[in-house]
Parts: sequence; structure tokens; C-alpha cells
Amino acid sequence: MTVAIIDYGSGNLHSAAKAFERAARSMEDPQAIKVTRDPDAVYRADRIVLPGVGAFADCRRGVDAVDGMLEALTEAVRVKARPFFGICVGMQLMATRGKEHVITEGFNWIGGDVEKIEPRDESLKVPHMGWNTLDMVREHPVLERLPLGPKGRHAYFVHSYHLNAANEADVLARADYGGPVTAIVAKDTAIGTQFHPEKSQRFGLALISNFLKWKP
Amino acid sequence: MFKVRVIPCLDVKDGRVVKGVNFVDLRDAGDPVEAAIAYDAAGADELTFLDITATHENRGIILDVVRRTAEACFMPLTVGGGVRTVDDIKTLLRSGADKVSINSAAVSRREFVKEAAEKYGEQCIVVAIDAKRVKRAGGSDRWEIFTHGGRNATGIDAIEYAQEVVSLGAGEILLTSMDRDGTRQGFDLPLTRAIADSVPVPVIASGGVGNLDHLVDGVREGHATGVLAASIFHFGEFTIRQAKDHMVRAGLPMRLDP
Repeated sequence: MTVAIIDYGSGNLHSAAKAFERAARSMEDPQAIKVTRDPDAVYRADRIVLPGVGAFADCRRGVDAVDGMLEALTEAVRVKARPFFGICVGMQLMATRGKEHVITEGFNWIGGDVEKIEPRDESLKVPHMGWNTLDMVREHPVLERLPLGPKGRHAYFVHSYHLNAANEADVLARADYGGPVTAIVAKDTAIGTQFHPEKSQRFGLALISNFLKWKP
Repeated sequence: MFKVRVIPCLDVKDGRVVKGVNFVDLRDAGDPVEAAIAYDAAGADELTFLDITATHENRGIILDVVRRTAEACFMPLTVGGGVRTVDDIKTLLRSGADKVSINSAAVSRREFVKEAAEKYGEQCIVVAIDAKRVKRAGGSDRWEIFTHGGRNATGIDAIEYAQEVVSLGAGEILLTSMDRDGTRQGFDLPLTRAIADSVPVPVIASGGVGNLDHLVDGVREGHATGVLAASIFHFGEFTIRQAKDHMVRAGLPMRLDP
């Protein structure tokens, strides 16, 4: 089994790879974590991870700049139904459009736009930077045994935009930051988190383990 | 619910923690990676490395420290010190830093903040501000920016500067009072509050923490979203957990995950 972490020039790749390696090590059937910018390797992988930090349009350009990557990714996830994990902007790219500075097309796997968060409470700062709890919207295998809710564990967020999903059914969890912030989305064999599981200590590693075990 | 951050800061010189860290049994109290692992286990909300390596040849050492830390700690890491070019930021982020803090380079050339934020996103660009109260003849006091550890005056107004760097793309301000740094008298609360209330991004208070009430004051009075401290944690005076428990008792929302 191989897990491809897509390298398209986005930072933070190292941390994501290390977190997936750590989670994979503690599993019964080992999965090889492979950082790659080879579309063939992505196409052949059993699971795919798309990290992303920075601006939506920049990340989209990064994916497009690797010849054949978008086609391989789309084919693997949407046709071959391989499990997919988008992190932060990697998750936002699953949306129809991004509206950060300019309007940019997303992959349109999940209907909705990526919009600026606007906390109602004026004392709350943007970016939403730090630890927040998650409220479950619907159950899903990747959330199994994770303590959510106001007294549950925390996830680490660093972002100013979030995916405002058109269909409630695509949202697994939200955070509250002067209003609802989309935290986890899921559709078919793809999931995405706005927060950084690779920076969310034990909670993040548990979520990654659940993803690696998930057989949709 | 969103929580207040407690952030220990480690000064690193030539790949070694300055003065060491003695709050837990470490094989090597001077190894920043071991200290980072201990703080990760202790429940720190973020970690900051400040690289104070002076010589150019040894500047690459911090990259290895960052890389090894990112392999062992799955928590947010900010790295600052000597960050002058977009390439410096790139190598730090690629090594595993989540945020990079810029200090003097932003004072001497503001556009650097903009270039960095455009390239890597505002969320990973922290501008570190070292400010000091300055008496003005015939006028009211104000805070001005100092560089080189508080030695060089710039005559730049700290509040105006904070607003400027935020408008150029700083996603967070790490604010250190040079008057309070090392004094253990608590944060400069009027300074912290003045900056925090004048910018829309998070402000981390730093400089002067001597007891746990100071941490509470930084948030409550200073309006900081996070508090940074060094010695009270490094020398075992207080644990991260004690700090957080104290802040919970004072009514602040804290993360107490096991």
C-alpha cells in the first residue's frame, strides 16, 4: 500500500509527511508514505494527500504547473475512488471556487466557495490562528473515537478563508469562531480538513490514523 | 471554543539552547530538539525558536534543528532570527517551520513583508517587534522600534509600524517590550494593549514574565491572543500545565488536552 503526498512546491510538506509516517508506523498493515511530484505515482497510489499553505490561487497554480497532475489526481479520486485527504488549502481546492484576492476555479468536488471568515465578535482576530474545538455535523469513519464537541480535543487552525459548502451533507465538522467555520468536509472518497492534523499533536495523528484505516 | 495560546520560546545559538532547559530530565539540556519534545509532551500550544547564531557559516545549523524537531513534534513551530530573504523563509518552511518571524529585515525594508506574504501567505509571516518607551521633550511618551536586541534606536513609532506591516501582509505580531525583557516585572501592558487594539491580526505578548498572573494580565489587560515566555518555563519554576491551570482559574479559555 502506498500513500502519495503530492509535492507541488507548497511549504509544510515535510511536517505532513512525517505525521503520516508516524501514524502509518503504528498500524497493523504498513503503508509506505511517498512524497512525489510524479503524476503516475499519484495515479497508482492507494491513498492521496494534498497539503497546502499560502494563497488559494498560488496553490492552484502550483498544482497546474506539474504537467498531468490534475488529470492524474482527478482520475484517481473521482474515477478510481481512491481515498483522498486535503489539508488546509489542499482542502479548499476541493471547492468550486476560491475567492481569496481573485476568483480562482477549484476542483469542484465539493460545491461551494472559499470565502473570508468574518467573526461577529470584533475582538476575534483574523487569521483564525490557534487551537479550537470541533462540533460534529455528521458521523463518518474518519471521526471514529475522536473526542469532539466543546469538551473534546482541539485542532490547530491557521487561516483567513474557509470553504462555505453549498450542501450541508458535505460538512463533517465545524469550529466556532464568532460564527461557524467549516473544519472538516467529506464527499465520496475524499475528505479535507481546514486545520492542520500534522500540527494538532495526538488528536491530529489519531485523525490521520483513521484516514489510513478508512476503506470507503 | 477558541483558546489562548501559551508559547515557550527557546533561544538557539549554533544549534544549542542558550543557558539550557532544566525543567525535566533531559539527556542533553542544551539540545533544542529534546527541549521541543519535552514542551510538546507538556502541552505547549506552540513553540518558538529564536536563532541568535552570529556567524554566517553556522546559520544553516538551525535548519537541521528545525528538521529534526518537525520529525518528532507534531505541534506548530515558529522560527525567527536572521531572516533576511525570501529564500531564508523558503528553506525554513521546507524544513518544517510553520511560521517564520521577521525582525530587523522588515524594519530596514518594509516591502520584504509584502514579498514574503505574497509568496507564502500571510498566515506564516510573523513580524517581531521590539519596542521601547521613549520620552519626548514637550510631548507625550511613545513606543519606538529598536533593533539589534534593543541597542539600535530607529525613531519609528511602534503603533504606526505595526499597522504598516499588517497592511503589507504580516499575519501575526510578536511584540516584545525591551523595557521589560528580562526584568520579571510582567509585560508592558499599555504597549501590548495599544498594539493589539490597533491591528486586526493576533498579537503575542512577550518580555518580562515573572509569574503566572503576568500571563493572565497579558491577555486580559493587554488583549494579546497568546503569551510567550522563556525563563519561567525553562528553569522549572512553573510547568506549562501549571500556567494553564492558573489561567483557567482566572477565567481564560485554555486547551488542556492530554
